[in-house]
Amino acid sequence: MYENPDGVMIGLEVHVQLNKLKTKVFCGCTTDYHNDPPNSHVCPVCLGLPGALPVINKRAVEAAIKVGLALNCKVEEHTQFYRKNYYYPDLPKGFQITQYDFPISSGGYITIEGEDGEHRVGITRAHMEEDPGRLVHEGTIDKSKYTLIDYNRSGMALLEVVSDPDMRSPKEARRYLDKLRNILEYLDVFDGNLEGALRVDANISIMGGQRAEIKNISSHKGAERALLYEIVRQKNVLRRGGVVVLETRHFDEAREITMSMRSKEEAHDYRYFPEPDLVPLKISGWAPAIKATLPDLPDAWRLLFVEQYGITDEQAKALTSDIRLAKFYQMVVQNRDIKFAQLAADWMSNVLKGELNYRSQTFKVFSEQEAPKCWACGEKMVPSDRYLFDWNGILINDLDTFKKLKEYLMNNYGAFWVNNAPIEKDDAGRTIKISVENYSISLILDDTKNKVIVKFYKGGTYSLSLKKVNDRLNICEDIFYCNNCGASRDKNTTFIIKVEKPSVPEAEISLIDMLKALDFFENNKISEDDVLKIMRTILQKQIPKEFDVEKVDKIVKEEGLKKVEGNIVEAAALEAINENPQAVADYKAGKEKALNSLVGAVMKKTKGGADARTAREVLLGKLG
Amino acid sequence: MATINELKERIHAGSSEEIVAEYLERIGSSKLNAFITVAKENALVRAKEIDSEGFEGSLAGIPVAIKDNISTKGILTTCASKILTGYVPPYDAHVIERLKEAGAVIIGKTNMDEFAMGTSTETSFYGPTRNPWDTDRVPGGSSGGSAAAVAGGEVPIALGSDTGGSVRCPASFCGVVGLKPTYGVISRYGLISYANSLEQIGPFATTVRDVAALFDVIAGYDPRDSTSVDKEVNYSSALKNDVSGLKIGVPEEYFGEGTDENVEKAVWNAIHTLEDLGATRIKVKMPHTKYALSAYYIIAMSEASSNLARFDGMRYGLRTEDSDWHTTFSQVRAAGFGDEVKRRILLGTYALSAGYHDKYYLKALKVRTLIKQDFELAFKDADVLIAPTMPYPAFKLGEKIDDPLSLYLADVDTVPINLAGVPSISVPCGFSHGLPIGMQVIGKHFDETTILRTAYTFEENTDFHTREPEGL
Repeated sequence: MYENPDGVMIGLEVHVQLNKLKTKVFCGCTTDYHNDPPNSHVCPVCLGLPGALPVINKRAVEAAIKVGLALNCKVEEHTQFYRKNYYYPDLPKGFQITQYDFPISSGGYITIEGEDGEHRVGITRAHMEEDPGRLVHEGTIDKSKYTLIDYNRSGMALLEVVSDPDMRSPKEARRYLDKLRNILEYLDVFDGNLEGALRVDANISIMGGQRAEIKNISSHKGAERALLYEIVRQKNVLRRGGVVVLETRHFDEAREITMSMRSKEEAHDYRYFPEPDLVPLKISGWAPAIKATLPDLPDAWRLLFVEQYGITDEQAKALTSDIRLAKFYQMVVQNRDIKFAQLAADWMSNVLKGELNYRSQTFKVFSEQEAPKCWACGEKMVPSDRYLFDWNGILINDLDTFKKLKEYLMNNYGAFWVNNAPIEKDDAGRTIKISVENYSISLILDDTKNKVIVKFYKGGTYSLSLKKVNDRLNICEDIFYCNNCGASRDKNTTFIIKVEKPSVPEAEISLIDMLKALDFFENNKISEDDVLKIMRTILQKQIPKEFDVEKVDKIVKEEGLKKVEGNIVEAAALEAINENPQAVADYKAGKEKALNSLVGAVMKKTKGGADARTAREVLLGKLG
Repeated sequence: MATINELKERIHAGSSEEIVAEYLERIGSSKLNAFITVAKENALVRAKEIDSEGFEGSLAGIPVAIKDNISTKGILTTCASKILTGYVPPYDAHVIERLKEAGAVIIGKTNMDEFAMGTSTETSFYGPTRNPWDTDRVPGGSSGGSAAAVAGGEVPIALGSDTGGSVRCPASFCGVVGLKPTYGVISRYGLISYANSLEQIGPFATTVRDVAALFDVIAGYDPRDSTSVDKEVNYSSALKNDVSGLKIGVPEEYFGEGTDENVEKAVWNAIHTLEDLGATRIKVKMPHTKYALSAYYIIAMSEASSNLARFDGMRYGLRTEDSDWHTTFSQVRAAGFGDEVKRRILLGTYALSAGYHDKYYLKALKVRTLIKQDFELAFKDADVLIAPTMPYPAFKLGEKIDDPLSLYLADVDTVPINLAGVPSISVPCGFSHGLPIGMQVIGKHFDETTILRTAYTFEENTDFHTREPEGL
């Protein structure tokens, strides 16, 4: 049971941009403005020009219902928009369209890992509203001579998720934010990496006193820092015999302090009233239909990983902390077998995730819908396809076609076992099956949809496109193609590591890289440290011009990575023991750390070729 | 005064350019101050285009005047306010798109009460418009410029907007026909809002037939206005000289105290005329009418206080000397808005404020529901209701401008219709000391065809609409 010695009560208001929608919430302007010049995606509606009227974006309502359901909220039968009246230069109409009475959903909860185990944080409500524009200052807000306004952001759909004051420490607040973001990303309504995607206002009180509202927090870490500062500040006020006053405070992210903005007595009267230009929305019946298509949330994925793949809860938590990592992990396992799941989890939940966090890199797995930027020249890539083989060639047992198919499966999915596997076809010539022992891949022709489905034995499915040219059935792979420089990228399997610093080029680690690194390790060709080295090399290096399936082999070759054979380690261990009697004596006297210097000696003798864990085991065996 | 059909014949025989030039000349030599902006170049270029293309639209080559609160791409749109100095909209209102598609020639933007707030067109930053029947008198408001322009022969047809009577009042004062359609029949996209939940754009003309022709062009569904209704009706084809069997409801609350004797007499005569033509008359009770005016002003001012918040000088319109934004906002609004607009913003802000919101705004909404019920009950027995449009004929310039309350009271017969959202048409039905009198025919929701037919039948059997003001 957590004591909460300072009587901390924290409630958060989180503004989430539904930035995966194609258009803004009340007009047809695009939401894809982040790389474009200011005020280039605006219209009479989002500029609030006289006479322009808002029209609700149905997809935004659906996304809001999706989130409401995922947060265990009650979704109302009908919902209504209100005007919140206040003046600010970023607000082109002098009011914000938001919700007041009849919010779209209310009364839910999120489960987080609290100070004393599982802890439930109530969700008061999650309501829809529009984002104002963005103010830009030269230098800092107090020193700048002028304010620039960018209305590209104006009218973006926001969801304000208001929690109950159920969090008892800044750490719990941060976990709540992590979990919320996690859920939103699983719902595919939100990309947390975009500028301004998530903004937090935090309410905090201690010892039953008045609360302070901290505005302008833009990161999870910032929220934790602001709250930590605020607890100290409020405690100091009490210690000096003062009273904490109800007020709004501004968080200075750079200095990590909060400053008083205005007291609540001079607070705004927002004069809410129903928005006359938007009729009340009847949404009864929407929720059940949306609920039926709700994707699995992080907790469901975690359970699935634990139950089906047999990995630990810790590992599953780490892997599902980000939907992209979870999907990548699932992809890796689906391309191997269940035995591989544990090995992959060991590496991915720990080493890969650690490497990503260490570089504070954001990463994404491309889905088929989005077009990435070209990794070679930076232009936007377009969806295209690449010819692979002729389906009819398989049916007439053309050896060259066999080779093309197998190369594709090996190079793209790491299914090296297909190399010597027989190819079977059904009588109708509509299904091709390649199998050996427990492994199998089926290709199923669906010419009503002009598609070929590639089904893996572990359940992974991919689709290829079918193009009829004369009497040929050309099977093509969907790719992204750069019209500018001719570079291409595979759609199914690319896992991108994006470096946040704009000056640093994007790095990527692909499914094939990951599988190969793990294959090398599993087959005892390289050591643990070598796998780490491979991952780091891939993450640090620029991507080669051509998509290079042999990348891992090259690294292994170039870096001279080769696992030192067992007997060499044995010999080195013996030498180390003989040459370091003091360390041996210390270890035997109970100083466990002494073993580290012996491991170090073995590594030195094998020029780093030995695996540290193996060296340790061998040494332990010899020392008894 | 030429009707659309007469003009079409002349365009057919001669040219649109010729006709547009004639009207431009009349506007140029006018004393009425009906226009804020005359779009001379635009209009002549457009007329020439239509002449050379042989345009087939239903209003091809016909000049039309637009109230200056309707957005016109490339043409100054001021709402008769200093605060919109220099504002040229980058887009057309829905009704303007429709007019252009039909081949109409936009000849200019008409004067109005500032932001449509008034009953006399005296609150315009650009000076008052004068009544063609007596230039010492007001044309009514707020669409006074449009009504005066039509009555004065400066344009054959025009658009206004009606929030609490702003089309019907000037139609009545100027002796022309003006229609306030059912809420939702015409898209408000591009109409600069005064009170969104009450207002509709409406047509003016000298005859019911021309009002119907213009209405046919501008009515219809627009996905850009969420309150727009998807109903396509051909209104012109509903014009029949026949009221046999029509049940006319006469609400006694619209007659009596405060209503001019001659107005009352003229409206009763009109009702009897329709009875002679086969209609029957019943008494209806509308007991909540007396609360309508207060409810209307609270709702309209509340909405206005929010609608007009966007005029801050940051993006368009008047800009005073730059300072910090707080100061600049205040200075722009202090210098840009006139007294009546400021009064309504203040009252609306007050009505919505914490502590008063329930007492005023919510209560007004409840009254609105009761007013709607009054109409629903009345229309159970009656097909249309007939009442005076205004309690008296046009008053003198300056007579009421310093007494806002008595000006508000002038709207007593028009505002209940906006609260209920039903349609109403004002038609000339008599004269008092040389000044026109209007009666309004009020219909059920979306039943414009019946009120147009009633008005048309009345017009066909009387000659009030044929009289023209003298000495212009």
